[in-house]
Amino acid sequence: MTAMALEHCDLLIVGAGPAGMAAAVAAGPSGASIAVIDDNPVPGGQIWRDGPGASLPAAARTWRDALERHANVRVCSGTRVVAAPARNELLLEDAERGWRMRWNKLILCTGARELLLPFPGWTLPGVTGAGGLQALIKAGLPVEGERIVIAGSGPLLLAAAATARAAGAKVVRVAEQASFAAVAGFAASLLRWPGKAAQAVTLADPQYRTSSRIVSAQGGAQVDSVRLLQGGREEEIACERIACGFGLMPNTQLGRMLGCALTPTEAGAQALAVDARQATSLPDIHAAGECTGFGGSERALAQGTIAGYAAIGNKHAAKQHEAGRARWDAFAAQLHRSFALSPDIRRMPRPDTLVCRCEDVPFSALVDCSGWTDAKLHRRCGMGACQGRVCGDAAQFLFGWMPPAPRPPLSPARIATLAGLAGHDDVDRQ
Amino acid sequence: MSVPTLLLQIDGQPVRVKAGSSVAAALRLAGGMGVARTSVTGQPRAPFCGMGVCQECRVLIDGRRRLACQAVCTEGLRVETSE
Ligand SMILES: Cc1cc2nc3c(=O)[nH]c(=O)nc-3n(C[C@H](O)[C@H](O)[C@H](O)COP(=O)(O)OP(=O)(O)OC[C@H]3O[C@@H](n4cnc5c(N)ncnc54)[C@H](O)[C@@H]3O)c2cc1C
Ligand code: FES
Repeated sequence: MTAMALEHCDLLIVGAGPAGMAAAVAAGPSGASIAVIDDNPVPGGQIWRDGPGASLPAAARTWRDALERHANVRVCSGTRVVAAPARNELLLEDAERGWRMRWNKLILCTGARELLLPFPGWTLPGVTGAGGLQALIKAGLPVEGERIVIAGSGPLLLAAAATARAAGAKVVRVAEQASFAAVAGFAASLLRWPGKAAQAVTLADPQYRTSSRIVSAQGGAQVDSVRLLQGGREEEIACERIACGFGLMPNTQLGRMLGCALTPTEAGAQALAVDARQATSLPDIHAAGECTGFGGSERALAQGTIAGYAAIGNKHAAKQHEAGRARWDAFAAQLHRSFALSPDIRRMPRPDTLVCRCEDVPFSALVDCSGWTDAKLHRRCGMGACQGRVCGDAAQFLFGWMPPAPRPPLSPARIATLAGLAGHDDVDRQ
Repeated sequence: MSVPTLLLQIDGQPVRVKAGSSVAAALRLAGGMGVARTSVTGQPRAPFCGMGVCQECRVLIDGRRRLACQAVCTEGLRVETSE
């Protein structure tokens, strides 16, 4: 048995995005010892990512300040979860060390990731996710003068375009796969959420096209053009960068590894199942924010607040926030209806298009597989460093395969940290 | 007011970045579209998801394998792109 540090807290929150911050702020005044861990360098999650290329909105600072005001809340940034070595315990790792954290209550606020789908040329340097491009720019990626094409689906495309333009890029096209009718219907529905309507107006973009999807990216060592299909016509546009996102997928890995039950979302993905108090199927574990289905930061804040109160046993305060949550649940439902992916998107990969970027497995090697396990065992799909996080989502969309529950380590970890699992025979070591 | 910068090395080449930049941003400043690694069949790959999911940006930072998109640059950092 190794002598690895063992720490305790009353409440452990995984994820310091809007949901995790709200949970900590709601639970803070109880005086409980609270730890918030997040793998990013600073709190804020995907939407309030800080960096030399970010201009943080006032709300982000307000929540961050609120988090700092509670001496009983400890924020551990740059920290990821590696495994669950024992009941009510997680194995954590940062750049310096690995340690075990024991908790009485756990709130999962692990957010969402982009659905990234394969098309010819998607592995070329210069292709990123749409939210991914935003994140990279906020962290200082220079894009000044670059011609950028943004393609895929959902409001995140416009947010990415605005971020790229503010950083000096020329956004030459925003290609939305949904129809004009669907997008117009969504825009009209925003009157029910005035804050969102105001935001949409500021994001309006002259290069925006509907019923438009990506065909391929061209280039040698890097992207030099993109082919788009719009209304049956193909068009080639010269560009240095392509940013593609097809909506968001709840990040359920940690919840699944712990054994939390899942539920299908309206968008066809799987999310962590929660009840009215944001409790999962397991005692002592709550979940909030986009790991329970994606729907924006306001919904994440409402859910996080409810989860924070519920976790410290303040049912009354939790209940006060249910109406706010319902309002943003309705917004999320409208979002999913409007930006549902067209079956045409499944036709993007060609036989030689790589689906698994880690093991370089082409589409043709997967078409006759019986499912995810077959693809993994016989084609090595999902066996690389990302552990199927990218190709697993893609395969679920393309072939309807449900990825099996993840096994530890949850993310690649140092040997010294994995040694912390020694002595725990109940853990399945890979 | 000038923005504070710092100096690091990428594959032995000096690169100057704004303080607070990620190593992914530094890779782009070093040239090209920020290639971080080579795939199993020898193709160049650069940061893709921007959020710690795809692992396409993994590099050696002061000898440790880390994700360029989630690592913040510090003065004198030594980054090596990887196989
Ligand atoms: C790349 C990207 C960019 C986005 N940009 C915008 C935007 O500009 N505007 C907008 O309105 N919406 C944006 N969104 C949508 C956004 O996800 C939500 O609106 C909001 O951030 C959700 O809040 P959350 O707290 O549920 O999750 P998140 O904000 O995603 O926070 C979850 C946090 O948990 C961390 N985490 C997850 N798993 C682990 C683990 N195992 N160990 C440690 N830490 C972990 C993540 O790194 C993240 O910091 C973006 C989404 C993505 C994926
Ligand atoms: S860019 Fe995907 S993990 Fe860093």
